[in-house]
Amino acid sequence: MSKVIKVDYLARVEGEGNLFVELSDGRVSRVEVGIFEAPRFFEAFLRGRKYYEVPDITARICGICPIAYIMSSSRALEKILGAEVPEEVRKLRRIVYLGEWIESHVLHILMLHAPDFLGYESVLSMARDYPDIVRKGMKLKGWGNQVISVVGGRSVHPVSCRVGGFHRIIRRDELLPLLKGLGQARDYARELLEWVLKLPMPDLKRDVELVSLRGVGEYPILEGRVVSNKGLNVPEDVFENILVVEQAKYSTSLRYALKDRGHYVVGPLARYNNNYDLLDPEVRGVVESYGYGAPLHNSFQSIIARAAEVYHAVLELEELISNYREPQQPYVEGVVRRGVGAAITEAPRGMLYHRYEINERGYVINANIIPPTSQNLASIEEDLLALSDKLATLNLEEAQWLAEQTIRNYDPCISCATHFLKIRYVTHPKP
Amino acid sequence: MRKLKVAVYKFSSCDGCQLQFLNLEDELLQLSDLIEFALFYEARRFVGSGPYDVAFVEGSISTPHEVELIKKVREESKVLVAIGACATSGGIQALRNWADAEEYKRYVYPRPEWVEVLRYAEPPSKYVKVDYEIRGCPVSKDQLLSFVLQLLKGKTPPTLPVDSVCVECKRRGNVCVLVAKGIPCLGPVTMGGCGALCPSYGRGCYGCYGPMIDPKPDALNARFKELNIKPKEIQLLFKQFTNWSKEFRKVVEEYE
Ligand code: SF4
Ligand code: SF4
Ligand code: SF4
Repeated sequence: MSKVIKVDYLARVEGEGNLFVELSDGRVSRVEVGIFEAPRFFEAFLRGRKYYEVPDITARICGICPIAYIMSSSRALEKILGAEVPEEVRKLRRIVYLGEWIESHVLHILMLHAPDFLGYESVLSMARDYPDIVRKGMKLKGWGNQVISVVGGRSVHPVSCRVGGFHRIIRRDELLPLLKGLGQARDYARELLEWVLKLPMPDLKRDVELVSLRGVGEYPILEGRVVSNKGLNVPEDVFENILVVEQAKYSTSLRYALKDRGHYVVGPLARYNNNYDLLDPEVRGVVESYGYGAPLHNSFQSIIARAAEVYHAVLELEELISNYREPQQPYVEGVVRRGVGAAITEAPRGMLYHRYEINERGYVINANIIPPTSQNLASIEEDLLALSDKLATLNLEEAQWLAEQTIRNYDPCISCATHFLKIRYVTHPKP
Repeated sequence: MRKLKVAVYKFSSCDGCQLQFLNLEDELLQLSDLIEFALFYEARRFVGSGPYDVAFVEGSISTPHEVELIKKVREESKVLVAIGACATSGGIQALRNWADAEEYKRYVYPRPEWVEVLRYAEPPSKYVKVDYEIRGCPVSKDQLLSFVLQLLKGKTPPTLPVDSVCVECKRRGNVCVLVAKGIPCLGPVTMGGCGALCPSYGRGCYGCYGPMIDPKPDALNARFKELNIKPKEIQLLFKQFTNWSKEFRKVVEEYE
């Protein structure tokens, strides 16, 4: 006898995808994480657009992390134009980007992921039993959104950013009111981290290559060399050259591997492990007081890395906003000329790579975008294979839930990856 | 009181518009006493079956599968609300409507033959009757909230704004970026609702709320020409987030 459970949409992920797991003889024999999100062809229609339109257009790949798209594309284009942004502008970019980390991470921790750890179908039902942390988390998320809105005009698809910096100077008197909410945000971020550190953690250990930027003197967001826990260390410009692209028939997302090294993982866990020394000592103190530290090897613990990053972000924002100096000029122009430029920034979900080629009149002639979720797809499948024994012993309902939770460890953003999940669950129970 | 039974659907889109529900944060928790998100994949594992009182639809229709789904959504919902530029005009992905879909597949995917899409990315209204539109890329969460509150009160929700972004801009007392800096601005032809966000941040409006009712693009384009803006660049201005709307499409065609 064989049972078939079909769930058409993977819930609490951004976008649409499916999962196919086949169990036979008590083993997982086949795993397919598929994406049926409609393809939107961004790279194709970017050709023929003016370079200055690219950040706003690519922002529309993802409504949850538009700043990431704006920043990776801006930096890639600035390399071509030879536009070096002054330190004040770079700091303002960090401010708005940290706002996005808070908004996106708290959304994922509380609204999408934590319900799995505690057995709730959604944050709405979890809120009945955990009203306090949910209310505080919402406030914290709201503060992150406020940071983005003050700098960017609105939190989804902000309007103030451009290649070379910002459309106008963001005044000190606009930013300073954010400090009013800061004390509360700091307390709530710490409470959220402690709450997450107490969550029951499913066991999963896998030896994977964790790839992220490495920060210089600060936790990495806007730039850095590409490093891993297994000795990878290359500049962003050559990253694409060390990749192998794959496409699976069951998915509209491309997937990636490192040449001669295999599949890898990007995201908060990778960033945290590769840059633990750069986290605010206060954050490390809290993490360590609960017996955790670095490295973390269990992908379920990505939720800890996310919460640690949220607390770090709030602490760093306090410093950045308090010490903010207005730039002389809101942006730098650079020189429109033929060239190719590539850049990586750390989106909430991991490294986001953009490469553009433009002609002498500033029109885009080639574009390539590698979002974090595509880079993680192969590893998500491997995690499910690693959970094989456990999945085989659970009843179908429980197994399906654990499989979904495993996928949500990666905070998959399918809108991004389509360029990614539906659960079809087929099992052949042991005879 | 019976809760309002709401479904939130996503088609070809970026999730930004439905995210505005989650961005309601505090209000969202309060709303959940009044409305039941019976179907909201991004937020819930639980799925309540139809029929629904209201379906909010994000995204454009761009695959055969989406055509089937939007018809099902229409059948199951008393009121269907299109939210955002994707669902009201086709959105940014409608840029592919102007080009060769097959070439696009080959450009992005190593195995183009596995990718199945319709010739055009279109708003849901192309396939089914849409009862209300909320504009923007993204919709503003305030507009979303006031819409929901009206429905809860059993009143007819607000209709589309009559004012342009330009009117909102003047009301706000902004310095006109077009006059002061010669920056091209679509404010005079774009539907209001955002409170003239872009000019307030020192840039021209790029039309994300789509064409206002009865826009006059010719007069604006004459201004652009005086400012020495090249025809190709004027075309690109209209060929952005609401390029497939009837009014902006006409301008894009004129400049082809
Ligand atoms: S209208 Fe804009 S914000 Fe809304 S789903 Fe479409 S691309 Fe995203
Ligand atoms: S900046 Fe644009 S919207 Fe504002 S007044 Fe000038 S033309 Fe109108
Ligand atoms: S000013 Fe124009 S582009 Fe900017 S938010 Fe408003 S409608 Fe959208």
